[in-house]
Amino acid sequence: MNPNLNLWLIPILPLAGAAINGFFGKKSSRQAVTTVALFFSGAAFAWALWVAARFSSLTLPYQEYFAHWIRSGSFSVDFAFYLDQLSLVMLLIVTGVGFLIHIYSVGYIWEDPSYYRFFSYLNLFMFFMLTLILAGNYLQMFIGWEGVGLASYLLIGFWFTKDSAASAGKKAFIVNRIGDFGFLIALFLLIKHFGSLNFSSVFASIKPFAPETAGVGLLTTIGILLMVGACGKSAQIPLYVWLPDAMEGPTPVSALIHAATMVTAGVYMVSRSHVIFERAPIALTVVAIIGTLTAFFAATIGIAQTDIKKVLAYSTVSQLGYMFMACGVGAFSAGIFHLMTHAFFKGLLFLAAGSVIHSVGGEQDMRQMGGLRTKIPWTFWSMTAATLAISGIPGFSGFFSKDEILWRSYQASWIYWFVGVITALLTSFYMFRLWFLTFFGEYRGTAESAQGTAHGHDAHGPHGHGGIHESPKVMVIPLVILAVLATVGGYIGVPGSLGGNNHFDKFLGPVFRSALPEGAQNASIGEKSASEKETEGAEPKTEASTELIFTGISVLAALTGFGVAWLFYYRRRDLPAKIVASFSGTYDTLVHKYYVDEIYAAVFVKPLINFSTRVLWQDVDRKVIDAAVNDAGYGAEHVSDEVRHMQSGNLRSYAGWIAAGSAAVIAFMIWMGVR
Amino acid sequence: MINSYVPLSYYLLLSAFLFACGVLGFLIKRNIITIFMSIELMLNGVNLSFVAFAAHWHALAGQIFVFFVMVVAAAESAVGLAIIISVFRTRETLNVDQVNLLKL
Repeated sequence: MNPNLNLWLIPILPLAGAAINGFFGKKSSRQAVTTVALFFSGAAFAWALWVAARFSSLTLPYQEYFAHWIRSGSFSVDFAFYLDQLSLVMLLIVTGVGFLIHIYSVGYIWEDPSYYRFFSYLNLFMFFMLTLILAGNYLQMFIGWEGVGLASYLLIGFWFTKDSAASAGKKAFIVNRIGDFGFLIALFLLIKHFGSLNFSSVFASIKPFAPETAGVGLLTTIGILLMVGACGKSAQIPLYVWLPDAMEGPTPVSALIHAATMVTAGVYMVSRSHVIFERAPIALTVVAIIGTLTAFFAATIGIAQTDIKKVLAYSTVSQLGYMFMACGVGAFSAGIFHLMTHAFFKGLLFLAAGSVIHSVGGEQDMRQMGGLRTKIPWTFWSMTAATLAISGIPGFSGFFSKDEILWRSYQASWIYWFVGVITALLTSFYMFRLWFLTFFGEYRGTAESAQGTAHGHDAHGPHGHGGIHESPKVMVIPLVILAVLATVGGYIGVPGSLGGNNHFDKFLGPVFRSALPEGAQNASIGEKSASEKETEGAEPKTEASTELIFTGISVLAALTGFGVAWLFYYRRRDLPAKIVASFSGTYDTLVHKYYVDEIYAAVFVKPLINFSTRVLWQDVDRKVIDAAVNDAGYGAEHVSDEVRHMQSGNLRSYAGWIAAGSAAVIAFMIWMGVR
Repeated sequence: MINSYVPLSYYLLLSAFLFACGVLGFLIKRNIITIFMSIELMLNGVNLSFVAFAAHWHALAGQIFVFFVMVVAAAESAVGLAIIISVFRTRETLNVDQVNLLKL
């Protein structure tokens, strides 16, 4: 028997914070708002830690019933909570990183007049994200799923007076709707065929199914539809376009929502539904292919961007691609592992970028930075840790998780691995490019932006910048904590070939293993079953040495990326211009992000707008709906105008009508009588 | 005693004719006194049909109704004439088309 953990408190606490700040924040002081926001997000974190401390004594999955929701015949959905190793990991990431980013935001957003609104939204986001993670059924997960979309919309458009921010918010919301459509259809299919949305009962009724190797069946359909939903939320091809634009929001938002937590919801959802995916090899292949393509293409776009946050945005898209690649080859725990390390280092990268932007007075163009190494040392060192981590330099967290993914994807197909390694090289290149451009060389910005008079993109209030300066302590401390996590976070999952025993994989093991029935496991798709089995015990010696070779290759790729970046952006800074000159076509394509936004605009947006304007507005709305209403009014007016003459006020004409009417009645009665 | 050789329809036709005359007079005439007389004519047309039926069916109810009608008609003419006199005093006309203050 499990003790009552009161899991419902974890999402409710940030909701309370959001409500208090939202309703009363306007009149409270900044200190009060800060206290409320930090207390409630910190309390959620503390509760999560408490849950984690008691975790080992639980029988899993721990389920908690909170309240009725929907009862309709045999179909029922409750507000319920579901805790297993997977949700615990997510819970700690979201509350922990979320709390750190709350602290950081205090310094970042202090000058903004809508201080309280920011924290209210941020807490609201935490509420929905925790609802998503702790949900005991798909519908509750969907509430969280939509809710984080709402919070994301509100926060992207936080500076809504700026047109670009408002439309970026709308874009994110609308693109997400496309994904949610797929998700919803998948839910309907689940209801229709399994009569339930509760994780435990759905998974229990799916367990006896054999993998659908023959062709597209029910589970494959559900899997692909779920993936459509994940594509929207986690910014995968073809729905990734909203994420780079989402950088219009304040930088802590980019860190929390668009790097560390919300965008990983898709990965979480796919991992949570692994029971379905494992029985739908075609859907898994789709996941893997989408992930691989996204990882690669986003990385190539990242190379050519000059906006520091845009580079990080494409990098996020690319890293999410890695996670889906991992899920797609059946290595869910590797995907979640990368999700965790990514939350640390990418959250840190964004926060550090925010600190850089803050220090140079709102400038986001890396070409206007440079030489900041000595001026903002704390930011520099934490950013260095994050850059090393994301590039996969050995010893840092990203190395372990990325290496795990690459190795597991090699076991599925060498193509995934190959593209993955190329992507790793590109990742390393663009990250060190960012690093060199920002921190090395000499300062290229104008003097006045350093004085803080020029307020660019991310301007936050009239704010006396005394030149380039380090951010306040409240911003630096989260950076340092995350830097430590980004450095050592990988050691909980050191793979066997490197002398570790992959605690992380073992910890998540019970969630992902034993998903397939014993017999079906052998029958399942060739390489994947090998990888399945492999996790069950210690890796064989021969494989360990092969794995070491592959590790060597990916380290080599990371170092090559570093070397090229060093050559281009430190040693020979004239080289990039020459290369750009000789490959101007390719470069233009990359700068314009493969013209995807333009293609979408031409193929989907423009026709939709034209159709809406010409047909829906001009024809349907104005000529049918408006016309019907107006004509009804005009018609009544015309008829009344005519009929009005009867009411002349002339007594004798009334009498005439009465006489005529009576005559008609009499005539009718006579006619009836005669008949 | 009505001559039983005169058929009922003759009375009814006369009654209808009187009523129609009243209606026509009411509709056509402008003089308020004439209109008033037309109303009396209609009432009497109706009275005639009442008594004719009463005699025909040997039922007294019709004749009692006639008394009622005559009482109401007398009261109505008293009130009506009083109104006409006061209208004439204020407006100095008996033409109904000019008594149109309440008209639209």
